[in-house]
Formats: sequence, C-alpha cells, structure tokens
Amino acid sequence: MRAEAKLGLILLLTPLLLWLSLLILIPHVDMFLVSLRERVGVNEYRISLANYLTFINEPLYLRTFVRTAVMSTIATIITLLIAFPVSYYIAKIARGRVQSALFLLCLVPFWVSELVRTFGWMILLRETGLISNLLQYTGLADGPVEMLYNDAAIMVGLVYTSMLFMVVPLVTTLESLPDEVVEAGYDLGGSWFSILREIIIPHAAPGIVSGSIVVFMLSLGNYLTPTMLGGKDSLWFTELIYSQFIVRFNWELGAAFGFLLLGLSSAIVWGMLKLTGQTLEKTMG
Amino acid sequence: MTPDLECLNLTKGFGDMLAVDDVSFAVPRGSFFSILGPSGCGKTTIMRMIAGFLEPTSGDIHIRGRSVLNTPPNKRPVNMVFQHLALFPMMNVAENIGYGLRRAGMAKPEIASKVDQALDRIGLPGIGPRKVSELSGGQKQRVAIARCMVLEPDVLLLDEPLGALDLKLRERMKVELKALQAAFDTTFVYITHDQSEALVMSDRIAVMNEGRFEQVGTGQDLYYRPETAFVAGFVGDSNRWSGRIERVSGDEMEMRTDSGMLMRGATHDRPLAVGQRADIFVRPEAIRIARSDDDLAHFDNRITGRVESLLFNGAASRILVQDASGSGEIEVNLPQSGEFAGLDRGSEVRIGWSGAQGNCFAAGKA
Repeated sequence: MRAEAKLGLILLLTPLLLWLSLLILIPHVDMFLVSLRERVGVNEYRISLANYLTFINEPLYLRTFVRTAVMSTIATIITLLIAFPVSYYIAKIARGRVQSALFLLCLVPFWVSELVRTFGWMILLRETGLISNLLQYTGLADGPVEMLYNDAAIMVGLVYTSMLFMVVPLVTTLESLPDEVVEAGYDLGGSWFSILREIIIPHAAPGIVSGSIVVFMLSLGNYLTPTMLGGKDSLWFTELIYSQFIVRFNWELGAAFGFLLLGLSSAIVWGMLKLTGQTLEKTMG
Repeated sequence: MTPDLECLNLTKGFGDMLAVDDVSFAVPRGSFFSILGPSGCGKTTIMRMIAGFLEPTSGDIHIRGRSVLNTPPNKRPVNMVFQHLALFPMMNVAENIGYGLRRAGMAKPEIASKVDQALDRIGLPGIGPRKVSELSGGQKQRVAIARCMVLEPDVLLLDEPLGALDLKLRERMKVELKALQAAFDTTFVYITHDQSEALVMSDRIAVMNEGRFEQVGTGQDLYYRPETAFVAGFVGDSNRWSGRIERVSGDEMEMRTDSGMLMRGATHDRPLAVGQRADIFVRPEAIRIARSDDDLAHFDNRITGRVESLLFNGAASRILVQDASGSGEIEVNLPQSGEFAGLDRGSEVRIGWSGAQGNCFAAGKA
C-alpha cells in the first residue's frame, strides 16, 4: 500500500518535475554558463565576468535597466490604484448577475491575443487614429496629435495588459472580508478613510502583494507592448536582450542580461515582501 | 426621564414588501429590551435602522430625545454587537477595543488605561496583546461587547450574538450578558429568535411578526397573558385546538373543537362571539395528570386518554396523550415527584386543566 502511494506520487510529480527541469532549470544553468563566457577568438572561450562588466560600463544598458525597473514599478502602482476600486466594487458592492458580468468584462480583453490588443491601442493613439481625429473634429486640436511612441503610451499598454492579474487576487481577498467587519468599523466611529486604511487594506494585503508581484513581473518581462507602443527613446530591457540574442548574435551578453533581469525581479519582489511584512506563503497560498 | 431609545411609527419597505410596518416603542434608560421574532420578521431591519445602516421609509428614531435620522452610523451614540461579532482579525484584542477610542481622537495613554479597565470589566485582564483568532467563543463575545462599551454608547444593540455559540456556553453567556448589562448600566436592545434568551435576560420583550409588534411586555406577561394567538403559539410551548365558540359568559367561554370535544377556556377580555371560529391554547405545564377522575374534580376540562409516547428530557419531560375522541396529541408535563414514573406507552391516564388556563383567540390570524 505504501509502495503504491509512493509510485502514485512519483507519477503525479513527473510532469511537473520534467517541466521544471527541462524548461526552467536546464536552460537557466546553461544560460548562466554562457553568460560567464568570454569570446577571445574563433571558437575560443574563457570564463570571465566580462559580460557583466560590459553591462556596468555601458551607460545605455544600465540606464535602460533602471528605467525598466522604475517604469514597471510605476505601472504596478497605477494598476493597483485603478484595480482596487474596481475590485472593491465587484467584490463588495455589485451583487449576483452584475457581479459575474463585471468580472467577465475584465476577462474579455484576454480572449484576444496580446498582439491584437496592443494593435488596438495603436489604432486609437496613432497620428491618424481615432482619438487624434476626434480631437481635430471637435476643434480641441489644430493638427494631427501623435500619442504613440512615448512612455505614456507604454504605461497605458502595460496597465491595460496587467489589469486582470491585479483584479483577480484583489477580488478574491476582498470577497473574504465580511460586510459585518466593515459595518462594525463605521459603527465604532470610523470614517471611510480610516476603515480603508485600518481594516480593508490590511485585510486585502496578501491580495495586493500577490497581484503586485505578478503585475510587476509581467511588466518587467513584457516585450511586445514596449516595442510596439514605445518610441526610439523608450527602450525596454527585454528589447536589449532580444537584440543581443537575435540581432547582434551575442549570446554571451544576452545571457548575462537575462540573468540580471532575473536578479532584479527577485530582488524587488523580495524587497516588496519585506517592506509589507508579507511572506510568500501567505500571499500565494 | 426621556427614554434612551424611542422609535416612532417606524416603517421600512423594500419594494412592495413592508419589512417593518408602523412600529413604535420606547426603551427606558438602563433597561434590557429584547425584540423576539422568527427569522424574516423584520427585527434585523429595525436594528439596522437604529444603527444607521438603513434609512427608514417613514417614522423617526430618537436617542435620548433627539432624532438621529440625519446622523450617519459613525456619529450615532449607538453601538452594535454583530451577529458574527465582526472583531477585526487584523488587530489584537487591545487594538480592537481601542479602535473606537482611536477614531474619537483620544490620547494613547488614556486609550491604554480605558482598554485595561474594559478588559477588567469583562473579566479578561491581560489578554490585550492576544490575537483575536486565539480567543474562545465566549471570550470573543465579551471582547465584542467591551469594544462597544468603551465608547460609552447611549444604547447598545445586540444582533443575535449568541447564535454561533454551543448550547452550554450560550446558557452561561445569557447570565453573563445580563450581569454585564447591570455592570455597565447601559440600555441594551437585543434581538433574537430564541425565546429563552429573551425571557431570561430581558426587562421587557417585544414579540414581532411580519413587520409588526404583536405584544410588548415583561416575560411573564408574554408567557402567561399572551395578547395574540401568535404570541401564545410562539412564546413557550402550547397545545392548540381549533373550533367554533358555543357559549361566552363574561370571562368564561366554551368551544366545540373540530373533533367534537367541548372545551372551556378564558377570553381574557377579548371580544369573542358565539359562532365565531377560535383557537384555544393550553400550556403543557397547566395540565394535570391523574389516575382517577376524583383528583381532577376541580378542573373544568377533563380528558381520558392513552399515553402515545414518553418524551424524556430531564426536568422538562413530557408525555404525549392521545385522547379517546382522537382529536390529536396533547403534550403534558410530567410531574417530577416520581408519582407517574411508572407510566408506559399505552397506559391509560386522565388529564385535566382549569378553563382559566385555556387562552382563547379568534381564529384567522397566525
């Protein structure tokens, strides 16, 4: 009986272990090894930290790195600020059919591929797009207005793409807050702001943190949105990795960049957890 | 003295349905007032209107003589102990109790001393730093009350707070709640569907049904002198017979039950006319058991029947008697003197009760 249970466990774990080792562990180990290689001649390599030094010594790389981190953080905060009231409305105020309909509405954009969604923003924001035409038609603008290819456009795209991943954990945690507790807050003399600060946000903290982690990681690793909506000055770190691998064929530097991005996201997530006093188990479980 | 709480013609409708229909009552200072009614009778709606979470359709609510209709819930001198207590799980016990004081802008040392006093009052000194989830059901209960009482409200509302407790603890908390009310000397308004909670704790009880108050009075009033058929049926247990009135003379009356039995009862000044359909309610403890008719000579209602079943429940043991005419089962309290300990299923018994114990109401309602 025990041996059978053991076999069952192994069989159940096999796909997971295969997935983890083949698609995540082995490529990363290989990437790490590649990132530590320095090319000294044709097919001649030696182990060195040269790739990482290149990153530190080249201001463009460093600035892009910091910019990506800052922009992703801002995108996460904006997503949270927009998603929180939306989630609160869905979880606590809407009832029955309205509730499920609203939830579904958050999901609908994800039935379309990300490419099409981003293209949708381009149709709206470009010089000859809907908004530009509307502004000219109403006389608010004299000529065509270009709203694409800047940081604001990237931000709009990132927030839009991430919204669902913030709304879902927030709705789940907010739904578990009994109405009675909020009413008790009012009853004992709390204002809406103090109730939000002392009761609702502490209760929703695990949802806020897990949503923020997911949104932050998605933004940091996003490639399509910054490439399509961003301009010449709006370089994203993933674009650098792509160009190293595909355009420059410099796998060594690309691998080093990849590892730096991994380190960055891990560090920021860790910092966020420490800052909010949450643990990974609490937010993910 | 102005009453602490006064509701004047309070009405609340949801769509076409009237949840609370023209209810007026006053609760004197320092008393324990209960609203007793089956679920869905509108008692929670009244409570929520007093607390300020619902706006009455019409009518007024006065607290210490002043209308509070335009006061939001966080400014009303009323606090509420919620059905599931609604303690804040993200705070410890002291923070829970101090929440209202913090909101009122009290200084920190003062809050700390008030919280300590409150914890002493509820007999749980030193549990301030504990987490809410570490408390037992009864402790949570007391913390929830302390959290309201530190704010010194004019009226404390309690919304079936004992519902979630197990039976033994509930019995103990009944006594404790009454003691806490005396200790804090605050007006308590308690709503419940459990008549024993209401009867044990309250100075006055309002029995509510379908949005209206059926009767307001002390526990004894409700139990011994119910004014409506609903109260007679809802408060305590009763045997009930339906029939047609044959004779009314003064306070006495006679009714022919649907099974053909002639029964005497009392009108208690209710207008009843011959020929009217009516219900008679008789409490199981008002009925005497005897072995021979002689013992029951002074009772004007006598029935001979067979024991249908024995319902043993300690001091509240009963027998079900099937009378000879077959008009249904009659519940009778079993005396605890041991005299009828030998009763068995099927044995023949004589039962009787005085007509004054039979409360008669015109049929139709309830």
